[in-house]
Amino acid sequence: MSATEAKPLSREDMAARLARDIPEGWYVNLGLGLPTLIPDYITPGREVVFHSENGILGMGPVPPKDAVDTWLINATKQNITLVPGASIFNQAESFAMIRGGHLDLCVLGAYEVAENGDIANWATSANDTLPAVGGAMDLAAGSRQLWALMEHTTKDGRPRLVQRCNYPLTASGVVKRVYTNLAVLDITQRGFEVLDMAPGLTFDALQSKTEAKLQMAARQ
Amino acid sequence: MIDKRVQTVAEALEGLKDGAVILLGGFGVVGQPQELLEGVIQASARDLTVVSNNAGSGSPMLPKLFGSGKVSKLICSFPRPTPPEFEELFKRGKIKLEVVPQGTIAERIRAAASGIPAFYTPTSVGTKLGEGKETREFDGRLYVMERALHADVALIQAWRADRWGNLTYRSAGRNFNPVMAMAAKLTVVQTRHMVELGELDPETIATPGIYVDRLVHIQSADPPPA
Repeated sequence: MSATEAKPLSREDMAARLARDIPEGWYVNLGLGLPTLIPDYITPGREVVFHSENGILGMGPVPPKDAVDTWLINATKQNITLVPGASIFNQAESFAMIRGGHLDLCVLGAYEVAENGDIANWATSANDTLPAVGGAMDLAAGSRQLWALMEHTTKDGRPRLVQRCNYPLTASGVVKRVYTNLAVLDITQRGFEVLDMAPGLTFDALQSKTEAKLQMAARQ
Repeated sequence: MIDKRVQTVAEALEGLKDGAVILLGGFGVVGQPQELLEGVIQASARDLTVVSNNAGSGSPMLPKLFGSGKVSKLICSFPRPTPPEFEELFKRGKIKLEVVPQGTIAERIRAAASGIPAFYTPTSVGTKLGEGKETREFDGRLYVMERALHADVALIQAWRADRWGNLTYRSAGRNFNPVMAMAAKLTVVQTRHMVELGELDPETIATPGIYVDRLVHIQSADPPPA
């Protein structure tokens, strides 16, 4: 069975799929890259509060070009807006919030996630001379829930869901769920459990693109 | 009368010594005191250690400070995008880089400000950045010990200030500024607006004047659009 018949999710569909699962009322930090697409897919009127590591709760969308406040940026250093109810605080408090387990959820992009919940998302090799970690390790170690949003394989088809990470770790044993362009998977004591698959994809085809052994989740 | 105001950047930075550790406020360019940085470039002190979240990220002055050859070490969490001035010195081994998780930088500074010599954090456990550090288990979880990060000078960008050194910040320009203002032997502030004593609402003061040593009024430009 080949996966070529299946239709992988676009980046936007991946973000939308994840956004659907965020309950109203959660405080959420979004990492760089793919996760920044998520707010566009939170149904209007559903109150989810986005945290930015540089000291913001209640981050709103990117403003129109003629209404930019250049003092207001997010972690990616894009100009953003604040929603009504937003607050601003300093970096030490922002990371106290992160490590103290006050955020309900953090969504990070990742190079690799392992079946034991390890995540590698900050450096591509142990010899990376100018590595940039930012807040990733604090977010991975401190959030109540860590979800990864990532492509299922590399561009040349190598699996990113692995038995053990090859790239330098961001944190160990912390990822609870993974959203990819092919599937949604929980990480449990049994390893990766498949909750949902892209339309037309079979379990065997998904397994063929995954290094770690997959299980079907009991609940679906 | 308490009056921390000085007239020029040069006066504000007087006494900056070789080998000084400098805490530099800002997240990228927002809240980063450009004119004070320019003053450091013009000052004679060398062999400086700069603690800054980023290596440049749109900053007009920080890459120039690297280019001046006065900085021998950068402690930061995210040295990308890397300015060519930094990269060139780094490749030649003329500047050292210590990459520290962002929350650990913030907390090490806060600890130094608060009389706490060290603390345990879950951040970096089991990673390359936690290697070689003392670990300890509390309630079944491993933590890495981190030491307070003391500094000689903090360079701060405020929005409003009074002559006692009470400060407010503008929007996301707050970031590292309040915690850095607390942690250095000499805290130097450039403020966009200087107001009369009593004009700042006590409830909006983010940095009480007790932490501030010198204030210079500079009607600096807004950060450039990102």
